[in-house]
Amino acid sequence: MRLLSKPLGALSRQRRRRFAPMVLLLVALGLTGGAYAAFAPSPQAAAATGASAQTLKDGRDLYLRNCSSCHGLNVEGSSDGPTLVGVGAASVDFQVGTGRMPAAQLGAQIQQKRQQFTQEEIQALAAYIASLGPGPAIPSKDQLDYADADAAQGGQIYRTNCAMCHNFAGSGGALTRGKYAPSLQGVSPKHIYEAMLTGPQSMPVFPDTTMTSQDKRDIIAFLKTTQTEPSPGGLALGKVGPVTEGLAGWLLGLGGLIACAVWLGAKAR
Amino acid sequence: MSDQQHTGPGARSHDAQSDGRHDVDSRDTANDTSNADIQLAGGHDSEGPPTDGSSHDELATRFADPGLPAHTYRRSDIDPLAARRREREVATLFGLSTLGTLLFIVAYFAVKPSDAAGPEMLGQVALSTKLLGLGLGLAMFCVGAGAIHWAKTLMPDDEIVAERKPMRSSEEDRRAAVAALKEGAAGAGLGRRKLIRNSLLGALAPMGLLAIIPLRDLGPLPGDVLEHTAWKAGRRLMTDPAGRPIKAADLPIGAVVHVLPEGIKKLPRPLDEEAKATAIVIRLAPSDLADQRPDRKGWDVAGIVAYSKVCTHVGCPVGLYEQQTHHLLCPCHQSTFDVTRNCAVIFGPAARPLPQLKLATDEAGYLVAAQDFEEPVGPSFWERGD
Repeated sequence: MRLLSKPLGALSRQRRRRFAPMVLLLVALGLTGGAYAAFAPSPQAAAATGASAQTLKDGRDLYLRNCSSCHGLNVEGSSDGPTLVGVGAASVDFQVGTGRMPAAQLGAQIQQKRQQFTQEEIQALAAYIASLGPGPAIPSKDQLDYADADAAQGGQIYRTNCAMCHNFAGSGGALTRGKYAPSLQGVSPKHIYEAMLTGPQSMPVFPDTTMTSQDKRDIIAFLKTTQTEPSPGGLALGKVGPVTEGLAGWLLGLGGLIACAVWLGAKAR
Repeated sequence: MSDQQHTGPGARSHDAQSDGRHDVDSRDTANDTSNADIQLAGGHDSEGPPTDGSSHDELATRFADPGLPAHTYRRSDIDPLAARRREREVATLFGLSTLGTLLFIVAYFAVKPSDAAGPEMLGQVALSTKLLGLGLGLAMFCVGAGAIHWAKTLMPDDEIVAERKPMRSSEEDRRAAVAALKEGAAGAGLGRRKLIRNSLLGALAPMGLLAIIPLRDLGPLPGDVLEHTAWKAGRRLMTDPAGRPIKAADLPIGAVVHVLPEGIKKLPRPLDEEAKATAIVIRLAPSDLADQRPDRKGWDVAGIVAYSKVCTHVGCPVGLYEQQTHHLLCPCHQSTFDVTRNCAVIFGPAARPLPQLKLATDEAGYLVAAQDFEEPVGPSFWERGD
């Protein structure tokens, strides 16, 4: 402070001069602007790291041609689709990467289908959407590396947070009014991670703050483990639990027994 | 005395080409003989109740005996060609059974259990198991099916009347049995040996207590444990299962966290406590809470609400949250709760809204409970009163 007091004192003496207020104002403005530029979160820079102007332009072109009829020319959303400002690159990568977007038709739930764009196009779209507002980024390779993850711990987290909708083996299950939790079998780790991060459609959000990156890797490891487990009993029946087992039991087992009983009791002609 | 009356054989020899009238006649005669049989049996039993015969006569005059339905003949009874065909069918089934047995034996020796699984249709069950099962199934099912087919199509299927025999033993046997019992009782001498009688009674009487004493394990009564959970004012919400505290600022809108109270693992019966205290935390946009009950205003923290996860129907864990509709579903019976209106029941058998946990934040910004649930969580119970 003492070191600073001398130049500040000199400045105050200069203030009586004519241009002093203007100089002071310019310096203050410059300092504020510089500090802001240095410290303020820049969504464009943060979300779309390495996204060149050309990529953003390609993304915008793709958006205007393929998405804007529902999500609006200015990404403001419409009655057919929500605004995409702030959904983040992860959301775009999930929705477009699993073929859910662009949607074939509106309905109870947008269906998964064949991917409609190349990975580069998806990257460009994601970069463009991410440049509009901060949101979750596409998980990095390290975040997705579940080789050392704890599948048993993942199973615990999965059973508390996911199993009620997606079934204990990740086979999916029904929700209300035609909606459903899709099967997780064969879904790539990246898309599982992004779904937890962004909460697509009916799914709630499981942010990295409450369900850490390590938790998510554990869950992915658990899912991948259950899917590669052999089924020594024969038919796994889709691993959807008592529904198919009951159906097979009633129709095949009991049905066969009843058919035999009816044949036994019928009079020969 | 013959108590079996074949309606078939007599009829079959001369009635096969006769009309229905004849049939009825022959049936009538058959019924007459059977009635005579019953009367004969009654008369034979001299100790029988005297009213038996007369009540039977009364019934016979009041109701006409409908007799047996007319016998229908099978194709194999009439047509020798059809009979031959049935014979071949039975033989085919028996032949299949033999093949099944052979298949089992061949598969047992030729296919090792360690061999590849073979065709994909039954997953990873070993080929050996599949073939053994198929052989065993064919062998047993076909021999049974053949036997049934044989009995149903080729063996005689004439209706037969089999009269019941009298249940009562002869007077001689009854007297002998009573005498034997009395002799045995006299030999045991219970009337004379009072010491043995009394000590035996003393041994048997308290045995009833053995059945009654263990009923104590049904108690003690639960008291008020159903009314309270481990939530207390200031107790942090911890993620389940990781057990980390939650900063209110860390939850984006649409986020869900399943929580337990801090320190629950150190309570005397942690699993019982978890079963009662388990809760779900959801962050809504504060504007979504516009329709909530006036007395619940301020129970959320900036749109973060917490509800008991124990369904008010039969106590299943309610956990299916639809982020877009803000509906919370119970997986067992599809009870649906509207989170925007304090989890009011909008579908299904649940009796009451899910109990809401009043939230607050502590100095460090972590979510804490402001109080325990106001009402008992979970399904109705007797002492709950509603």
